[in-house]
Amino acid sequence: MTDLGTSPDEVQFRFRDDEPADHGTVTADACCDQTNATAVRIEPGDDARTLLPFLDRLALIEVNFPSFGDGRGYSSARILREAGYTGELRAVGDLGIDQLSHMRRCGFDAFAPDKPLDAEDAERAFSTWDNVYQRTTDGRRTIPELRHE
Amino acid sequence: MYKYDSYDQQMVDARVEEFRDQARRRLEGKLTEDQFKPLRLMNGLYLQLHAYMLRVAIPYGTLNSAQMTALGDIADKYDRGYGHFTTRQNLQYNWIKLEDAADILADLAKVEMHAIQTSGNCIRNISSDHFAGAAHDELVDPRPYAELLRQWSSFHPEFTYLPRKFKIAVIAAEKDRAAMRLHDIGIQIVEKDGKIGAAFYVGGGMGRTPMIAPMIRDFVPLDQLITYAEACLRVYNRYGRRDNKYKARIKILVHELGKDEYTRQVEEEYAHMQQQGVEPPREELERIKPFFADPAFEVGAKSVDRSDPDFALWVDRNTHRHKHDSYVSAVISLKPVGGIPGDATGEQIRIMARLAQQYSFDELRIMHTQNVVLPHVKIEDLHALWTALDAADLGAPNMDSIEDMIACPGLDYCALANARSIPLAQRISEKFDASGKTEKLGELKLKISGCINACGHHHAGHIGILGVDRKGVENYQLSLGGSEAEDTSLAKITGPGFTEDGVIEAVEKVTDVYLDVREDGERFLDTYRRIGMAPFKEALYD
Repeated sequence: MTDLGTSPDEVQFRFRDDEPADHGTVTADACCDQTNATAVRIEPGDDARTLLPFLDRLALIEVNFPSFGDGRGYSSARILREAGYTGELRAVGDLGIDQLSHMRRCGFDAFAPDKPLDAEDAERAFSTWDNVYQRTTDGRRTIPELRHE
Repeated sequence: MYKYDSYDQQMVDARVEEFRDQARRRLEGKLTEDQFKPLRLMNGLYLQLHAYMLRVAIPYGTLNSAQMTALGDIADKYDRGYGHFTTRQNLQYNWIKLEDAADILADLAKVEMHAIQTSGNCIRNISSDHFAGAAHDELVDPRPYAELLRQWSSFHPEFTYLPRKFKIAVIAAEKDRAAMRLHDIGIQIVEKDGKIGAAFYVGGGMGRTPMIAPMIRDFVPLDQLITYAEACLRVYNRYGRRDNKYKARIKILVHELGKDEYTRQVEEEYAHMQQQGVEPPREELERIKPFFADPAFEVGAKSVDRSDPDFALWVDRNTHRHKHDSYVSAVISLKPVGGIPGDATGEQIRIMARLAQQYSFDELRIMHTQNVVLPHVKIEDLHALWTALDAADLGAPNMDSIEDMIACPGLDYCALANARSIPLAQRISEKFDASGKTEKLGELKLKISGCINACGHHHAGHIGILGVDRKGVENYQLSLGGSEAEDTSLAKITGPGFTEDGVIEAVEKVTDVYLDVREDGERFLDTYRRIGMAPFKEALYD
């Protein structure tokens, strides 16, 4: 296996208590062929749904953002969480402060930005929204739900 | 109209703080301009030719007089005393300083307004029928559905970095007053078997590749409206082209996949989404609806005293039939002869606000044709209203006439433009007003864009003008036969382009052809559809 993915050392923010998976990440295509892979990295053009048959054995899925303006990874993340994936979902690549809150909402629970981010700014960013309008798999009660409790 | 609750207010306040923080990080050098640009765009802040431009959202074009007054005050305090109403029912300030932007957003937040998602590759402000809740011909008021969509689309975590901008319009009448089928998603609220639901049209748009949206589903149950929209967006976010910004709109995806394949993918995603519980609780729509309940209409006069011909002309031209027979909707034209289409001074904006308070249950609408509507005016108040409007230079009796043209800001402001639109609009309205031809021509929708991006809707004009750059000289292409209404069609280019003087003469010629050959009751568009392009070409080029 190659060092395709990020190492746990490169993860700057993590919202999980389990041991971070080491790299050894394979591509989405290779994951389908390699029955023992436990960590995979997907690119913006990959169909996250090809991973669905293998979710049980995956401990880490990295979603690469080569450019922060390419939002396909947000859909990939939600699709994986909607399918019941509970392992680490790591956003890697060109991540900025201003993408963190939305990424978190889409199911990412680990972040490995290319360039380390200011920790104080990041903390503020993660708590940008006291409440939210949309239902995602992050378990938050939405504003429409809170209104009708 | 809709009132924020503490949650809505909290979201807007949070956004102001977020933007303040972004501006701070930009100034501290923590954000490069490339990183900052999409963030400021998502707060409506553009860098134009001479200054920053701030675009303020007016959800589905509805606002109250306090909000309108605030818009006038901001024009005076932070701009050069003007606001410019846009074709997506918003308002732009063209002379803004970056350092004032956060303060303006804070001023807006005080009256439940914002500039959220008025630009950027995200879901933009939801637009709607400007006569919603007032028109005699609507099935229901479309605005509760638009409000539901507004909340859903605000800060949507999955759809903030789409391939390209995304525009949604919602209507609820057969008559389309919102160019619904020229939007990324057009929603028509319809009735089927005694139930209300939504027909979805997806993949329309103007720009350099104009397309009319095909209907992909004739009936989405109302308790699945958001779920279906979410499915449409997810397919687009995943598969819309990102290799070429000119091919990135959803219309290209729908066109390249074909309507049937796109629909199949949406239906598949929809079936999946229905298991995800993304739809807001049904009670939410019921909570929203009463905000749009009818005001307390009173029975009154059903007709006006027509002894003043100027007033009678304005009533004929600028009022629209209301669902209550003692009321009309009154259109305030922002197209005075020789004026800049869509512009109003701070003082005029405040006057319109006062008149709305006095005569229209505190409510105003912005039209996509860059005018303002007082939706509920008592027929017996019309003369007093008209008198006040006329005194403020807001009484032009020209709705839907050739003088009521749409024009983009063009090369006078816009960094993208190839040619000027405003001077052309001014000269055409002066010319037709002076010759008295405007009246004879009746309904004639002229739309002018200063570049191929088509912000002036030239593809949808009965007569369209597109400014291009030809070897460093402004050149104008003429097109005929477009419509943004329920009979949506795309205009066809007449032939070689014209100089600025030449295109004004060309407009004159095509209107002469129409006047010569029109049959009873035909509009320009009807005549064009009957006789085709040839007679017009002959008049223009032979």
